[in-house]
Amino acid sequence: MERLVGPRLSSEELRRRKAEFVLPTLCFLVAALLLVISILTPYWRLELQAPQYPKGLEVKAYLNHLDGDVKEIDGLNHYIGMRPLGEAAQLEQSLSIIAVIAIALLVLGAIVIHNRNAALLALPALLFPVVFLADMYYWLHNFGTNLDPRAPLSSSIEPFVPPILGKGVVGQFATVALPDAGLILATLASLLILVGLYFHRQAYKPLVERRRRQRGSESAPEAGRENGSVA
Amino acid sequence: MRDSKNGSRSTLIVTLVALIALAGWVVACKTGGSSSDVMGGGDANSVIQERGLTPDDVYAAVKTYMPTGKHDEYLIMSSGGHSGQMMVIGVPSMRLLKVVGVFTPEPWQGWGYSNETREVLAAGRVEGRDITWADTHHPALSESDAEYDGDWVFINDKAHARMAVIDLRDFETKQIVKNPIALSDHGGAMVTPNTEYIIEGGQYAAPLGWSYASMEAYESDYRGMVTLWAFDRATGRIDPERSFALELPPYWQDLCDAGKGVSEGWAFCNSFNTEMALGGIESGNPPFEAGASQRDMDYLHIFDWKKAAELVADGRASQINGFDVLTLDVLTEEGVLYFVPEPKSPHGVDVSPGGEYFVVSGKLDPHVTVYSHEKIQQAIAEENFSGTDQYGVPIIDFDAAVETQIELGLGPLHTQFDDQGYAYTSLFLDTAVARWTLGGPYESLNPDAPWTLVQKLGVHYNVGHILAAEGDTASPDGNWLVALNKWAVDRFQNVGPLHPQNFQLIDIGEAGQTMQLLYDMPIGLGEPHYAQMIKADKIDSWDVYPEIGWDPIAQAVDENAVQAGEERIERNGKNVEIWMTAVRSHFTPERIEIQQGDKVVWHVTNIESAKDATHGLAIPAYNINLSLEPGESTTVEFEATTSGVYSYYCSEFCSALHLEMLGYLLVEPES
Repeated sequence: MERLVGPRLSSEELRRRKAEFVLPTLCFLVAALLLVISILTPYWRLELQAPQYPKGLEVKAYLNHLDGDVKEIDGLNHYIGMRPLGEAAQLEQSLSIIAVIAIALLVLGAIVIHNRNAALLALPALLFPVVFLADMYYWLHNFGTNLDPRAPLSSSIEPFVPPILGKGVVGQFATVALPDAGLILATLASLLILVGLYFHRQAYKPLVERRRRQRGSESAPEAGRENGSVA
Repeated sequence: MRDSKNGSRSTLIVTLVALIALAGWVVACKTGGSSSDVMGGGDANSVIQERGLTPDDVYAAVKTYMPTGKHDEYLIMSSGGHSGQMMVIGVPSMRLLKVVGVFTPEPWQGWGYSNETREVLAAGRVEGRDITWADTHHPALSESDAEYDGDWVFINDKAHARMAVIDLRDFETKQIVKNPIALSDHGGAMVTPNTEYIIEGGQYAAPLGWSYASMEAYESDYRGMVTLWAFDRATGRIDPERSFALELPPYWQDLCDAGKGVSEGWAFCNSFNTEMALGGIESGNPPFEAGASQRDMDYLHIFDWKKAAELVADGRASQINGFDVLTLDVLTEEGVLYFVPEPKSPHGVDVSPGGEYFVVSGKLDPHVTVYSHEKIQQAIAEENFSGTDQYGVPIIDFDAAVETQIELGLGPLHTQFDDQGYAYTSLFLDTAVARWTLGGPYESLNPDAPWTLVQKLGVHYNVGHILAAEGDTASPDGNWLVALNKWAVDRFQNVGPLHPQNFQLIDIGEAGQTMQLLYDMPIGLGEPHYAQMIKADKIDSWDVYPEIGWDPIAQAVDENAVQAGEERIERNGKNVEIWMTAVRSHFTPERIEIQQGDKVVWHVTNIESAKDATHGLAIPAYNINLSLEPGESTTVEFEATTSGVYSYYCSEFCSALHLEMLGYLLVEPES
């Protein structure tokens, strides 16, 4: 059991090095909280500017839905033969809320794991922003390169991949793709997890090694057998 | 005072011009003055010199110029005269923003082509006839506490005694009612302080219900009237069931106004043929113009509309053509109606902002006569009457009712008010606008002596109505005045013998003798009469309909609206029903194949929600053009009486592929 969850703390130890143990806990807690909050905010947005839309058009991607001028953008996209945006990433959208809550719980779980297994639990959350962007790229690529060849403007537009972040041009529209609050929160959560893991290592590594040394000296006579069984 | 004002104005202009020139120079330097697609960079001074503009011209230009993308501060709702429409104009730019279809078909707005709008126009039929014109006179914005609330506009048709209701959420007409007892009106539309009623005063007397009576029976059978149309804000409709009229002597009632503030509950209407002249110039009788101008005085009608409404509620009304009318007997018996002499052949009666005074202009008298509500009420209480007319209406003693008379000039017509204690009266014959001071509670608002003429400003030419910013409400805004001139003579390029009318914008922002003419706006549409000017931010209108499938007449989602994917054509015997959508750049369906003789019911929904993504649906030869504003749903019905190939198409340029937005209606000949 201890191999899985790491050494438990004695109350005396906790008192003595309180600050060191609180730091990683705090980082993981806040990271999990940020991830949960991020569910409520958009992760990504695309702004389109054209002369006849003085206020521009905008689509915001939340984890589980799209918001903004989706209908208008879909209406315009039909000219180039792009499928309605709502058809993208339907599986991801249906699972994402539960998935993010789950990876946030794993991060909380990492608080009670006092060895390097904590990093394994925090890993999905750590990588989540990258996974989100990779999935986004997949869908932008999929939509931009699978245009209906019978669309009104199909002969005047080449298949294209809209930039996942940064500026692009489609027809008379200048586009800007930007990370939104959710992605920023998730990235902050990743950074906090990294920082938390560092403090976690600082706090628990000495303990883990001490326990290993202790275990080593206690069970030295049996070491050979144990090694043998592992082998 | 005029000189010193001009002095400071000149300094201002020089400074402005210098600033503009400086700005131009900066722009020119920044761009190197070489790029041809960069705006600005011109030398304002040389333009002023080349065009020979005076400092006043430059002031006027700077006061009224509206840079692109900037919005006007006020909106004018103007009668469209004979067009039967209503114009919407921005102030101070005097740019025409819209011409709203009201009593007559208006193709761009599809007004009068769809089922729903045909039905509204059909309510304005007279004796079963479609009336294809109207003489729109006086728009009235709805009021709350005697202030414009920006919700509705009402407008009358003098020629047929009709009243229309326009909703300012979408600037579209919602209802037309035909007065059941009269064929002509003039004293409408004016609203009571909380829009309980819309006043519609009659004009040319006739037997009520305009049934036949010879002119020998004029005094016994002909009658005037004033109608109070009850308005229901919840439904946005006039409710004829709760509306009623007052029978009046056949004196040719003219303009009316509702009391407000201290005079709330009362209303006032002029009259101009108390002689009861019968005309007949062809038989050697004095023509109407002379016969109706013999007496020195006509009668200002004063009536208690709240008491009248109570009498109707108590069942005291008689029915004429199914409409409630309080007869003269009831009105005199119950003390609802009084007369007070007024200088002959008057035109305007206008109530001061607080309701204390009402100003009457006798067209043929150089004075305005100011009546005191308090004095009139006292005279009524003391029964200070000089007698009754032949119909038994008490006549209040003139001297007991009048506050003062002020000599302004020739042909005074209409009066408006500002926030500085000034009144403004149009002088038709002098072709000028007079600024004069009110007394009483208004005396302290300006430095000029009370009840005196301050300035007369020439306008071009023959001014009829005038309007000041919210100038007939309880709190006029001042700043802007517009003269609605009947003649233009030499003001514009000649465009044939029928000249445009001329709306002239006047600056009334400063006290004293400072009124200045700013801008001429030609009106090439009809002869407008009255207009009102409302602060633009009071109107909260939609730029697209609130939901897809909106029926603008019902102001609710249409049960026959369809979303994309729900389009269909159903046949039931000879009846073909189509549910269509329109979106850039196609109709669905695009092919409709029917048989000659089929009865077609065609529903179409614009499923767009982007601003300006309006589509038209033109069905040539069947005389149909619909306007489908974003979100709008409408229905049109017709019988496919002739066979052939009819290409229906989008008649509002909507997109790069607008021309491709069409379909074919194929009507197969009967075998």
